Amino acid sequence: MVDSKQVSEVATQARNAFAEIRPEPGVAKADPILHVVGVQRHFGGITAVNVDHLDVQRGSITALIGPNGAGKTTLFNVLTGFDPPDAGEWQFDGVEMNRVSAHKMATQGMVRTFQLTKSLTKLSVIENMKLGATDQIGEHWWNALVPARWNAQESLIEQRADELLTRFTIGHMRNEYAGTLSGGQRKLLEMARALMTQPRLVMLDEPMAGVNPALKQSLNEHIRGLRDEGMTVLFIEHDMDMVHDISDWVVVMSEGQIIAEGTPSQISENASVIEAYLGAHQGNTMYEETH
Amino acid sequence: MDWIRIIENTFRAFAGVDAAYFALAAIGLNVQFGYTGLLNFGQAAFMACGAYGLGLTSQYFDISFWWGIPIAMALVIILALLVGIPTLRLRADYLAIVTIAAAELVRLVVRSVKFKRIFGGSDGINTFSNEFRALNPFQPSAQYGIWPFRYNGYTMFTLLVGWSLVAVVSVLVWLLIRSPWGRVVKAIREDEDAVRSLGKNIYSYKMQSLIIGGFCGMLSGMVFALDRGSVQPDNYSRDVTFYILTALVLGGLARVMGSIVGPMMFWGLYVFSDNFLRQLVQSAPLRIGGVTIIQSTQVGAVNYMLVGLGLIILMSKRPQGVFGNRNEMALDGR
Repeated sequence: MVDSKQVSEVATQARNAFAEIRPEPGVAKADPILHVVGVQRHFGGITAVNVDHLDVQRGSITALIGPNGAGKTTLFNVLTGFDPPDAGEWQFDGVEMNRVSAHKMATQGMVRTFQLTKSLTKLSVIENMKLGATDQIGEHWWNALVPARWNAQESLIEQRADELLTRFTIGHMRNEYAGTLSGGQRKLLEMARALMTQPRLVMLDEPMAGVNPALKQSLNEHIRGLRDEGMTVLFIEHDMDMVHDISDWVVVMSEGQIIAEGTPSQISENASVIEAYLGAHQGNTMYEETH
Repeated sequence: MDWIRIIENTFRAFAGVDAAYFALAAIGLNVQFGYTGLLNFGQAAFMACGAYGLGLTSQYFDISFWWGIPIAMALVIILALLVGIPTLRLRADYLAIVTIAAAELVRLVVRSVKFKRIFGGSDGINTFSNEFRALNPFQPSAQYGIWPFRYNGYTMFTLLVGWSLVAVVSVLVWLLIRSPWGRVVKAIREDEDAVRSLGKNIYSYKMQSLIIGGFCGMLSGMVFALDRGSVQPDNYSRDVTFYILTALVLGGLARVMGSIVGPMMFWGLYVFSDNFLRQLVQSAPLRIGGVTIIQSTQVGAVNYMLVGLGLIILMSKRPQGVFGNRNEMALDGR
């Protein structure tokens, strides 16, 4: 395992990209892969998400934190097409993504995982992986009937799947049902399966939830590895040690809004973030305090 | 008691036309429910599409019976789109509700007086099968086969057509399911959101599965109609769908062999119990002490009770069905 203090070249570049950026909520980034403007989602009278502006810097690891009920997962659902927004628009790599259906986003390079792991339990681990590959000839029914048409592509996909499984240390489980994996192994499988889509932006919803400390370290390494290969990572997390350890930039949400942004060390000194977690001053809402 | 007769009838039912048309419909339900997780409670309506597709050629259009195949396929696609478009985006139970209602609607429309000129009303259609009968290589009245599988020439012909279709359709389904297409539908059965997040258009796959299963139901309805030489609206009622579903679960869900052997066992069991009871009360009602247990007019009802009891026992001892995989089933309870 790589020493966590030893910083890769890509990581240094990623951190430097933020050197000039002021730690303000909704601040513009130099090269955003994801650009969100005015996204709102209401459930009845409750405003779950109300994000005026959010940029995610390309090639960085950005953490999305906030107390329970802050709207982080809802924002994920909206941005990945799983939940329609009431207002707003967002661009992924310059392409307008509003009203694009969830499955098309994945084929365009924006993939997500889920807070509650979604392993397909009755499929084997390797089948789970192969499902992730996009543009498969054999997924059209008229080709499916003629194995000769998809066999070649299938073996290439299988090769790529095996490489990823080995890298994520679950290669020995490849022929077992995914339902027999432990909770932590399922997290690894879900992350590896997401990578089968060859994404440019990976959105991880609580990758560390329910994972033991030893496995957390290796998950950290995997996430760093994604950035070092040129992918952008946006993840939701409650584990502040992990956020501090691997993220280049931190975005803090509370009550549906973005209340702070900054590098991990800037965020840990930010008064409004501490309030958001520990409670606001009496009589003043968070919004008034930060504006 | 004539045991030879009972055994003979049981074996003949085991490989009979009823088992063949049940198997075709069950293969379709297996694609929809077993592999994709679509709860189609209206398979009888897809069978009706096949039967009436054939029937319409003589009753309404007066054209060759072969046109019945494209007409039936068009009817299946229309029905699948009608029930699928509003419900396939929703949870599985909505499809179940809509298909059971749609199947009843189909039955009520085809038996209505209003459309008697098109569908023949409650009399059905009886005039379409002459061209099919003309193709029969066997002597219709002669007996064929080896004991106990002896059938007359006409039944032999529908059996040949029916079981050949079962063989072809199961090979096609087997090919589909072991392909990447099959992987996607099996994944949809497990978790739609996970599949959607990996870039698959699950709505399209569910529609494809509904239509493919519907085509199997269509073939089933055709074999049934050709065997009887008639199309009757009340042959496509709810109970048919549920008997087929029972036969499928008996054989084992999500197994190609299960959807063939399940219907065979279902009919074998049904005919055995029916024949046994009839012989039992043939001369006098069965009495224990002074109480009449069963008399000849009650055989039909008691038979259903016994078949039901048999299925309950089988399901409690072997919930995965004959060919199912218990380990796979156990994974449900995470």
